[in-house]
Amino acid sequence: MPVGAASWSFTEDDFGAIRAALETFLTDCNARCALLVDRSGQLVATVGERPTFDPTAFATLTAADFSANDQLAKLIGENDFNSLFHQGEKESMYLADVARRVILVVLFDNRTTLGLVRLKMRQTVQLLTQLFEQVFSRGATGASTPNILAGADDEIDKLFQ
Amino acid sequence: MSMINYASREINCKIVYYGPGLGGKTTNLEVVYGKVQPDTRGKLISLATETERTLFFDFLPVDLGTIRGFKTRFHLYTVPGQVYYNASRKLILKGVDGIVFVGDSQLERMEANQEAMQNLYDNMAEYGYDLTKMPFVIQYNKRDLPNASPIRDLQSALNPGWEVADSSKMRITPDPYHAGENLVEQLPTGEWIERAQYFEAVAVTGEGVFDTLKGVSKLVLKSLA
Repeated sequence: MPVGAASWSFTEDDFGAIRAALETFLTDCNARCALLVDRSGQLVATVGERPTFDPTAFATLTAADFSANDQLAKLIGENDFNSLFHQGEKESMYLADVARRVILVVLFDNRTTLGLVRLKMRQTVQLLTQLFEQVFSRGATGASTPNILAGADDEIDKLFQ
Repeated sequence: MSMINYASREINCKIVYYGPGLGGKTTNLEVVYGKVQPDTRGKLISLATETERTLFFDFLPVDLGTIRGFKTRFHLYTVPGQVYYNASRKLILKGVDGIVFVGDSQLERMEANQEAMQNLYDNMAEYGYDLTKMPFVIQYNKRDLPNASPIRDLQSALNPGWEVADSSKMRITPDPYHAGENLVEQLPTGEWIERAQYFEAVAVTGEGVFDTLKGVSKLVLKSLA
């Protein structure tokens, strides 16, 4: 594996556990939708109401938003901002860091309050942090899921003919 | 950092187009956006200034096909060309799987090319990434202009090659895209060097744009195989 391209992958079991944690969170705080985005801008999971916007573009902009705010934090002498809040007239979003690698985004409207979302978010972030640390440690030891592209050189060549 | 999603059966990879200002990075993405089937691409997002200079990045997701039942999805990004936007340039490189350096062939842009290349190496090094060990291709754009430098000059300035340290790689490797040229070869001094693959392009007409994208995507997938 090349330097700088440390891949990570999660299994269907991981995905199930992540979904379950997010579904509980949405029910508890009465929010509309939760998305998990990795720091490089990839969408990991979406739970709750189906987004009406393009989730891939949303994930990219979320990661950029978080990265830009990390740099702003450093400029004012903070290590990072581990959560961000964007308030709209009807819709608002709250973003929180999970295990320094993933961002949890929750979209909510006036059926709930920022206080409740923030309170429930803290517990969910703790739970997700544990789940993701397991996923990442498995990737780091190399004893992870089988490499699905192993020996696929010919197939890759054909794809680009 | 590629992401394999077993639930949706997708492999997601990140490719960044890097290079000097006004070199054609955004044009590359616009051509890809305009020519691929709408159902295989997402929205083209541009965070640009009022004068259409990239402020933060452009972004385009494209599907390039299926391998072993997994959809290969590439997220294409460009960075701002201007050095004063270096903070945002660096952010975009986070988790990158493959790099395309879009060089401007015009003679008077040689210095800007070299500056951008040095800046790329520096920013990658700050993340602990080694450009010589990951999927990396160079596109020499604007080949149609009368003031375009010869490829030989661009190669010696921007792609002179890096020393091969691994003895198993010390064998002549022909460049699949340029007959008679080698990607890995031994210099008369006895030293083995490796160069990045390069492509010639006229991005405004679309020439060379897909060759470049295919070249880097193939390297990215092979790095995972």
